[in-house]
Amino acid sequence: MAVETTTSQGGIVDLGVMPKGRSLGSEALQRLLRNKAAVLGMIIIAFFLFVAVFAPYIAPHNPLQFHSGQDYLPPAWVEESNSGKSGDPAFIFGTDTLGRDVLSRVIYGARVSMVVGFIPTIVILIVGTFIGMVAGFMGGRIDNLLMRFTDVVYAFPDLLFFIIVMVALRDSQIGQLMNGLFLLFIALAIVNWVGVARLVRGQVLSLKQKEFVEAARSIGAKNPRIMFRHLLPNSVSVLVVSTAFSIPGLIITEAILGYLGLGLRPATDVNQFFVTSWGALLLEGQTAINAQPWMLLTPAICIALVVLAFTFVGDGLRDALDPRMRGTQ
Amino acid sequence: MTTYVFRRLLWLIPVLVAVSAITFILMHNTPGGPWDRDLSSRQVDESTQKRLNEAYGLDKPLWRQYLAYVIGDVNSKGKFVCGLMCGNLGPSYRVRGRNVQDMLFEPPENKPIWYSRFGYSLRLGLIALTLAIVIGIPLGTVAALKQNSLIDYLSLFIATAGISVPNFVIAIFLIIIFASMLHLVNVVPKDWGDLRVWILPAVVLGFGTLAYTTRLTRASMLEVMRQDYVRTARAKGLNERTVVTVHMIKNALIPVVTILGPALAGLVTGSFIIETMFGFPGMGRAYVQSIQQRDYSMIMGTTLIYAVLVAVANLSVDFIYVLIDPRIRLNE
Repeated sequence: MAVETTTSQGGIVDLGVMPKGRSLGSEALQRLLRNKAAVLGMIIIAFFLFVAVFAPYIAPHNPLQFHSGQDYLPPAWVEESNSGKSGDPAFIFGTDTLGRDVLSRVIYGARVSMVVGFIPTIVILIVGTFIGMVAGFMGGRIDNLLMRFTDVVYAFPDLLFFIIVMVALRDSQIGQLMNGLFLLFIALAIVNWVGVARLVRGQVLSLKQKEFVEAARSIGAKNPRIMFRHLLPNSVSVLVVSTAFSIPGLIITEAILGYLGLGLRPATDVNQFFVTSWGALLLEGQTAINAQPWMLLTPAICIALVVLAFTFVGDGLRDALDPRMRGTQ
Repeated sequence: MTTYVFRRLLWLIPVLVAVSAITFILMHNTPGGPWDRDLSSRQVDESTQKRLNEAYGLDKPLWRQYLAYVIGDVNSKGKFVCGLMCGNLGPSYRVRGRNVQDMLFEPPENKPIWYSRFGYSLRLGLIALTLAIVIGIPLGTVAALKQNSLIDYLSLFIATAGISVPNFVIAIFLIIIFASMLHLVNVVPKDWGDLRVWILPAVVLGFGTLAYTTRLTRASMLEVMRQDYVRTARAKGLNERTVVTVHMIKNALIPVVTILGPALAGLVTGSFIIETMFGFPGMGRAYVQSIQQRDYSMIMGTTLIYAVLVAVANLSVDFIYVLIDPRIRLNE
C-alpha cells in the first residue's frame, strides 16, 4: 500500500499520513464503482438479497401448494411442451411434477444460498483472523500447531468431508437444527477458517517486520494493540478480496450437497424460514430433465448468476484495493 | 533435496492417519449399518447380523476396529490380516468376498488395468486435462500477445465463465442442449467403449481447469513480456518468433506446469458429481454409491486414496518448481 506523499517541509515522507481529503477507503470505493462488472455484480447480489428477504411478498404462489391438474406446466411463453401442455401466465416458469410453482420455489430457494454465503463467512472470518493473527505474531508452538492442522485440512478433500459429515450427523440433534443448515455451516466453517488463518498469518509475518510496527513498539504499544490497531487494519484489504472469492465456493458447495440430497431438509410448512434450496430444486429437476428442462434450468441459471456476480465483485475489489494487481491474476 | 523430499513424504503419514481417524469416527456415528436393507425388501435377521458383525470384527470396541484397519488384526480364523499399512483397504461390506482395493483397482476379467474404476476416473481426468492444456495454453498465450483483441475477450469470457459457473451447472446446460434438445448424445450411455460418449463429461470436467489454465497462462505471459531479458532479446535483434517461443513462452509456462499435478488430482477426485450425472463407471460414482449404502470400508478407502492423491499432487508443485526453475531453491 504505497501512498506517495510529497511534503514541502524538509522532504520528510510520512507514509502513515494519507493525503488530505480522500482516505484510502474512499478512493478504493471510487475505483470499485468505476468498474462496470463489479457494479453489475453488486446489483445482482442486492437483487437476490432483496428477493431472499422478502420472499413471502414476492412469490406469486405458495411454494409448497400443489395445483392439481396443473402439474408439468411449461413456462408461460411456451405454446406447447413435450408433454402437450401449454404455458399458463399465472406460472411464469411453469410448475413441477406435483404442480408447485417453480418461480415461487426458486424465490424461496434464494434464502438458503444467501444465508449459506454470508453466515459461515462471518464465523470463518472471526475465527480465522484471530488464530492467524496470534499464530503469525506469536510464532513458536501455536504457529506450528496451526500449520500442521492446515496440512490435515488441505489433504482432506473438502467436498468428501462435507459429504461424510452430512451423512454421519444428519439425523442427530445438531443435524436437525435449522433444517440441517446449522450442521452445514459448522462443516463449512471447520474447513474454511484454515485458509483465512493462513492468509492472515502470512500478512502478519511480513508486516511485523515493517518499520511502523517497530515505531509503535518503541512508543510502548502492547502486543494486543499492535495486533488489532496496526496489523489487522493492514490485512483487511487482503481479507476482503479473499472473502469475496470464497463466498461463491460456499454457495456452490450447498448446491452440490443439495443436489446429492444431503443439503437442506425440505420443509413441510411454508412459515418456516428455509423452505427449499436451489440444490434441492436441481435434484427434483434432474428426474424430469427431458420432459421439463426448465425445472432444472431456472435454479441452475440462478446459481450461475449469483456465483458470477460474486466473482465480478471480487475481481473489482482486488483491482480497487490493490491497483498494482490489476489484470495479473 | 533428497532429505527434503523424504521429510515431506514422511509427513504424509500423520496427515493420512488423521484423515483416516476423522473419517472412521464420523462413519461409525452414522445411523444405519452396512447390513440394513431397503425398507421394501426383507431385512437381515438379528442372529445373522450378529454373526456378520463377528466375522467383520464390528463387535469389537471402536479403537480396536480402528487399529485393525490401520495396522491389522487377527481375524476370526486366528490368522493375522495386515491392514492399511500393507495397502489393504479392508473387505467391502456390500460386495461379499471382495476387498476395497480390488473393487477400485481391479479391472473386469480379460480387460487391461485401465478398465478398473480407478482407471476410468484417471482416463477421464487425463482427457479433461489434455483438453485444458491443448486449448488453454495457446488461448492464454495469444490473448496476452494480442491484448484487447477479440481472442483476448474470448479468453477472458472463458476464464470468467469456467471459474465462476460450477461444473455441474455447465453439465446441466450441455445435457439439456445436446441430449434433450438436439438428441446428439445419450446422457447415460450403456457402453463407454465408444470414445464419442466421453466428450461431454470430459469437456464439463475440464472446463474449470481450462479456464484456470487460460487465465494463468495469460497472466504469466503478461508478466514475462515486461521482463528485462525479453527486451534484451529484442535488442540483440532476434526475430519476434524466437523471442516469443524461446524467451517468453518457455518462462511463462513455469507456473502453468507446476499446477498440472494438482489439476489432475483435482480432476480425478473432483469428478464424482459429474460421474454421477453421466452414470460414469468410475471411482467417484463408487464413492457416492458407497455413502448411500453405508459401505464403511469403501468410504474409508476412497477417501484415503483421494487424500493421498491430493497430498502428493500438492507436494509435486514444490518439487517441479525446483526442477524446472533454477532460480528457485528450497530453503528449508
